Amino acid sequence: MIGLSHYLTVAAILFTIGIFGIFINRKNVIVILMSIELILLAVNINLVAFSAFLGDLVGQVFALFVLTVAAAEASIGLAILVVFYRNRGSIAVEDINVMRG
Amino acid sequence: MYQLIVFLPLLGAIIGGAISVWGAARRFPGGEPAAGAEDHAADAGPHISAHGDESGVVHETHHEDESHEPAAEGSRAAELVTSGFLIVAAVLSWVAFIGFWFGGAEPERVPVMNWFTSGNLGVDWALHIDTLTVVMLVVVNTVSALVHVYSIGYMAHDPYRPRFFAYLSMFTFAMLALVTSDNLVQLFFGWEGVGLASYLLIGFWYTRPSANAAAIKAFVVNRVGDFGFALGIFAIFLLFKSVDYETIFANASAVAGTKMHFLSWNVDALTVTCLLLFMGAMGKSAQFLLHTWLPDAMEGPTPVSALIHAATMVTAGVFMVARLSPLFDLAPGALAFVTFIGATTAFFAATVGLVQNDIKRVVAYSTCSQLGYMFVALGIGAYPVAIFHLFTHAFFKALLFLGSGSVIHAVGGEQDMRKMGGLRTRIPVTYWMMVIGTLALTGFPLTAGYFSKDAIIEAAFHGTNAAAGYAWALVVFAALLTSFYSWRLIFMTFHGEPRASKEVMDHVHESPPVMLVPLYVLAAGALLAGLVFTGTFIGGGNGAFWREALIAGEHAPILEAMEQSPWWVTYLPTVMMAIGAAVAVWFYLVDTRVPRELAERNDWLYRFLLNKWYFDELYDFIFVRGANLLGRFLWKQGDGWTIDGWGPDGVSAWVLDITQRVVRLQSGYLYHYAFAMLIGVAALVTWLMFAG
Repeated sequence: MIGLSHYLTVAAILFTIGIFGIFINRKNVIVILMSIELILLAVNINLVAFSAFLGDLVGQVFALFVLTVAAAEASIGLAILVVFYRNRGSIAVEDINVMRG
Repeated sequence: MYQLIVFLPLLGAIIGGAISVWGAARRFPGGEPAAGAEDHAADAGPHISAHGDESGVVHETHHEDESHEPAAEGSRAAELVTSGFLIVAAVLSWVAFIGFWFGGAEPERVPVMNWFTSGNLGVDWALHIDTLTVVMLVVVNTVSALVHVYSIGYMAHDPYRPRFFAYLSMFTFAMLALVTSDNLVQLFFGWEGVGLASYLLIGFWYTRPSANAAAIKAFVVNRVGDFGFALGIFAIFLLFKSVDYETIFANASAVAGTKMHFLSWNVDALTVTCLLLFMGAMGKSAQFLLHTWLPDAMEGPTPVSALIHAATMVTAGVFMVARLSPLFDLAPGALAFVTFIGATTAFFAATVGLVQNDIKRVVAYSTCSQLGYMFVALGIGAYPVAIFHLFTHAFFKALLFLGSGSVIHAVGGEQDMRKMGGLRTRIPVTYWMMVIGTLALTGFPLTAGYFSKDAIIEAAFHGTNAAAGYAWALVVFAALLTSFYSWRLIFMTFHGEPRASKEVMDHVHESPPVMLVPLYVLAAGALLAGLVFTGTFIGGGNGAFWREALIAGEHAPILEAMEQSPWWVTYLPTVMMAIGAAVAVWFYLVDTRVPRELAERNDWLYRFLLNKWYFDELYDFIFVRGANLLGRFLWKQGDGWTIDGWGPDGVSAWVLDITQRVVRLQSGYLYHYAFAMLIGVAALVTWLMFAG
């Protein structure tokens, strides 16, 4: 029987992969964007799982909003990337250190 | 009338200054002169001579061919305005003097304004007119007017004449404020004013480093004396609760004998006060120990030397002691000290004058020596004699200086007497004027010095204080030295073979009339001042002439004692003068090898005198070196190490240091930030879980 703890475990694994994808990844900014999506998905799984478990629909409505926001955020992120590439000629993570003190 | 006498020179100075500023603005319309113009000014200015002999002889250059720079606009107007005002003031001074001379005028106090009032201390600006003031007015304004006129010729090739004349007039005003002062604070104003003017005029050729150094030296040495002078004024206020002469003199006898706590000793109040005041006089009048600035002050233009460093400013100390004579008379200890210093100066400066080679320095040391004579007279209580010598000395010393200026002008700026000689036939008028000045200075019978200087020597013989005997011996000997060095100057400059180069000798020319006329006037004064004024100033009727202005008449018994001198005391100074002159003739006319042999045989003595008793070196060793070390210590240790190491600079250095390390944490990589955020969130959540 698949219970709440299974869902939460999957969500936690996804979240961890997302986190590691952000700061172990040395290659590509797109991977970072994807990792952020993974984190958001993990949160969504948590929301839906708790919603079903508690019998409260608000969690699933919230998950739909999160999906919308995530789509918008991904499109803005990709747009920024395109502009950045045009300016810098690279989207390798190593090269993006304009903020260095 | 008195207001006119005092304030006309001020008006002249203001107009001259305005013309000078206006001319500068016209010359450099863009404000600061460009760098090229600056170099140009340096070229036109006088330069230090290249031959580096130890006497430090310098040149004043005013050839037509050397001054490229055009004269400042309005030069002629500035000359005429300042000189005209001074001549008016001089004529008015003589009018005032004649009033006192024939007994018509009464001493009066002309109030001008209330200067300031602070608590008990009320200071008025008023003109204190009495015989002493009027005598000083005549001296100051006459010499100043003549020097103004002379300068029109002497400075003709200088591009900055308006500034020069403005300074001269400003000096005259300050000096007049000094001699007409009604209280000590006003006196101090004039005192500092002449000091400032002296500084500006010594450093008039400011492109010349040695002139700047001399100006600073004069100012600093005077500050030493002024420190004592200021303390003296404070002490007077402490004793009398007032700085007015009237109040001070009225209460002087009441204060006499009181004790005062000074430097942890209980001492006689008046003696200490007078000694402190005399310290100021020592600085201003270049007396022994504080004399070092006067010879260096000869860096200024020669008319300045004549006016400030011979006739007027340096006599301010003598004037001050004479003005405060009712006070000094009650402090016999202080008077003995005055006598001692005066006699030492008279002797010391005369010995140094024997071997100097710079024509102006010889005259400068002679001035120093004559000031010593005046202080001897003051010290032994013969105040009228001191002022009489001041009066006659102003004429013949200004004459000697202006004559030297005429010689320097003739030989194209050369001041070294070893490079002169044989000028007698080339510039006969200047020669005779210098001879008259020398006769008067050495005390040739019936000239001015014969009456005033010999009177001092005679008075010293009758002096009763502790230093009088010492003073008498020294001033008698100094009379011989005076005669020797004065004639040496004449012989080296005007007689013998010409030692200048042929090209200089070809250019030797007599000065223009504008320079010679002042010489004639001063020569008349040098010849006749003694004959005409002896009876009035120091003769039997002197009490009626001086009235309350000085301790004179029956209050000064020494003047009566002088009437009964033994015959040999009366003739001794004249004999000394004759011996000195004879030796000079022998040394410099008959057998010119003698001085050289004498110098070689007494080499150490010659060097000792040539180096002015090594006073400059001594002061350099004691004060200048010490001050330098202290300054260097405070700079390196105090400022550099402590303040910069630990103060504001140190703190800012630390902040920089630390932030530099912090900055390295900011890698700029997004994932580092994200990681830091995550760790932070994890830590926060953990803390909430376990703490909650």
